[in-house]
Amino acid sequence: MTDPVADLRELGFDQGAHLIVRRELARLPVGGRLRVAGTHEALFVHLAAWCRNEGHACGPVTGGGDEDGARAWVVRGRAGHDRWAGAERAGGSSPARVVSRPPSHWGLAARGALVESGGPETPFDFDRKETVWAELAPRLYAQAAARQWDPEAAVAWDTPFELPAEIEAAVVQVMTYLVENEQAALVVPARLLARVHPHFREVTQLLAVQAADEARHVEVFTRRATLKGDDLGTSSAGGRASLMSLLAEPDFSLASFLLSVLGEGSFLNLLSFLDRHAPDPVTRRVVALAHQDEARHVAFGMAHLEEQARARPAVPGPAQDRDRTPARRAGRHGGHQRGRARRPDRAGRGGVEPGRDRPGARGGAAAAGGDVRGAPEPAGPPRVPR
Amino acid sequence: MTLLMGAVAYDAKVVPIWSGFRSWFLRHGLPFDFVLYSTYERQVEDLIAGRIHAAWNSPLAWIRAQRLAAAQGRSVRPLVMRDTDRDLRSVVVVRSDSGILSVDDLKGRTVGTGAVDSPQATLLPLHHLRSLGGEFDVRRFEVGVGLHGDHIGGEREAARALLSGDVAAACLLDADHLLFSREGTLPAGSTRILTTTEPYDHCNMTVVDTAPEEPVRRFGALLGGMSYADPEVRPLLDLEGLTAWVAGRTTGYGELEAAVDGCGFYDRAGRITADGYRP
Repeated sequence: MTDPVADLRELGFDQGAHLIVRRELARLPVGGRLRVAGTHEALFVHLAAWCRNEGHACGPVTGGGDEDGARAWVVRGRAGHDRWAGAERAGGSSPARVVSRPPSHWGLAARGALVESGGPETPFDFDRKETVWAELAPRLYAQAAARQWDPEAAVAWDTPFELPAEIEAAVVQVMTYLVENEQAALVVPARLLARVHPHFREVTQLLAVQAADEARHVEVFTRRATLKGDDLGTSSAGGRASLMSLLAEPDFSLASFLLSVLGEGSFLNLLSFLDRHAPDPVTRRVVALAHQDEARHVAFGMAHLEEQARARPAVPGPAQDRDRTPARRAGRHGGHQRGRARRPDRAGRGGVEPGRDRPGARGGAAAAGGDVRGAPEPAGPPRVPR
Repeated sequence: MTLLMGAVAYDAKVVPIWSGFRSWFLRHGLPFDFVLYSTYERQVEDLIAGRIHAAWNSPLAWIRAQRLAAAQGRSVRPLVMRDTDRDLRSVVVVRSDSGILSVDDLKGRTVGTGAVDSPQATLLPLHHLRSLGGEFDVRRFEVGVGLHGDHIGGEREAARALLSGDVAAACLLDADHLLFSREGTLPAGSTRILTTTEPYDHCNMTVVDTAPEEPVRRFGALLGGMSYADPEVRPLLDLEGLTAWVAGRTTGYGELEAAVDGCGFYDRAGRITADGYRP
């Protein structure tokens, strides 16, 4: 059979002729022969240099050309074949084809891509489906992406209202508290995100949107706090210590549970409360917007928890020894313990009674002689680790 | 016995390349280590003096190794080379609109080259032009002297000088002419190949006859056995610019021998005699 001809016409290798040669060679088996025709003055010199680099044999056609105008021949080398000999599919693009434990070297490859063997090991230590995956994640991500809102357009910032000074100060304090919590809620998923194997794409996407949600919440709460003045409220040392313990939690499931179930679950109640009792329309609007995002975060945390409970019914409960985590250790020393004691499910037992929380909640600034701007100490929302 | 190889540190990537190969050799039962040199001249001198057993040599270093070895009653041989070390060409290019159509048209003009010790961008193309009767001035772009042209900065400067009109022609490796054309250093269609050298060979793994026989044999066998299908060595082969190690051959260095003698770069005993060469 006659060897095929790639006719480059006047196209040179400095203009992309190699793309045509590569395409034609890909149609041949290793060892297959291609003839190359063309009129570019540097055709053979550049073809030879390109073939040498690609691992193909190449030579001139005897007599300067054959009956089809071919000036050179190329024999396909085996380098391209060998490069992909050990390649494998990284699962499939559909969530249904997520694998239970993607290899580290798949790394940043798109799920479903044909992955060349080798490559560097990666630092993604949350690499087990049972640890990070929730079947609800793809749907929640799609929902989250569809419900992003613009802080500038979603809130009527110029709505006229006036509040008594002490009420405005209370709102500022609540907003200051919310910003502090939101900053923790931004950092925690961002840190988790960097450790989740990218194969679990929808989980990383969801965490990314969650972090973006929290970024918007920080913006709108800050903007509401400074709507009528420049100063924000107070931040207690104990509160910050409590929130910091969340950042130290190394376990994905525990971090997700503490932040999205306990923390943001409680936050939903708080935001609902603020929505009902907000003294002005701007406050009401920003907490309502945050509420819809937080509900999604809680849904993922609950879905993940549910799958964890189903897959690992022997997961130790609170009464058992879980002291290995920094969060637990921090809790034992006070700050985190207060937070956990105020879980919504314990409200009936006094966990969220403002009166009982106040001494601890204001302990940082007040005990240290911090500036509380002479405003009445707000009862404050429960200090819940998020 | 540990086989000790020399390599020239022409680029930072030399460290991961040979560190990676070293790990691979050790895992395959060959005690192996390497020494990095700043220039080829000292590497070759140490090879012939027996301080190293093998040297990853440029073609010019191979020429000198042969001469130094012969002068001392020793011998060297090319154990292996890269598949990409065979049948290279150098090109002399001019601007497409220059009106220079033959080597004779270079008379009274300036030809830009790479560094003084670059086989592909200086020694071979200048020898080729002179063998065709060319008469011209030479302007060398001395980047990475002592690296025998492994650093292509000189070639790139020569190419830029060609575009700017500072030189009438530039001497380049065929692959570098293609590279500069594709990356835009030389816009597509802006240059024309005036003449091309005959094919020649480039680097080889030179071993000296005083090296221990069995480790050298094992070294060659392991290099030759490296497969591009092996995901562990493939990134190293990519960095080093080959898809397979092939048997070394001595048939591709004739033109460079002639070029070295023509310009008096080394004498027959391997002493450096080139004017102004200070590696």
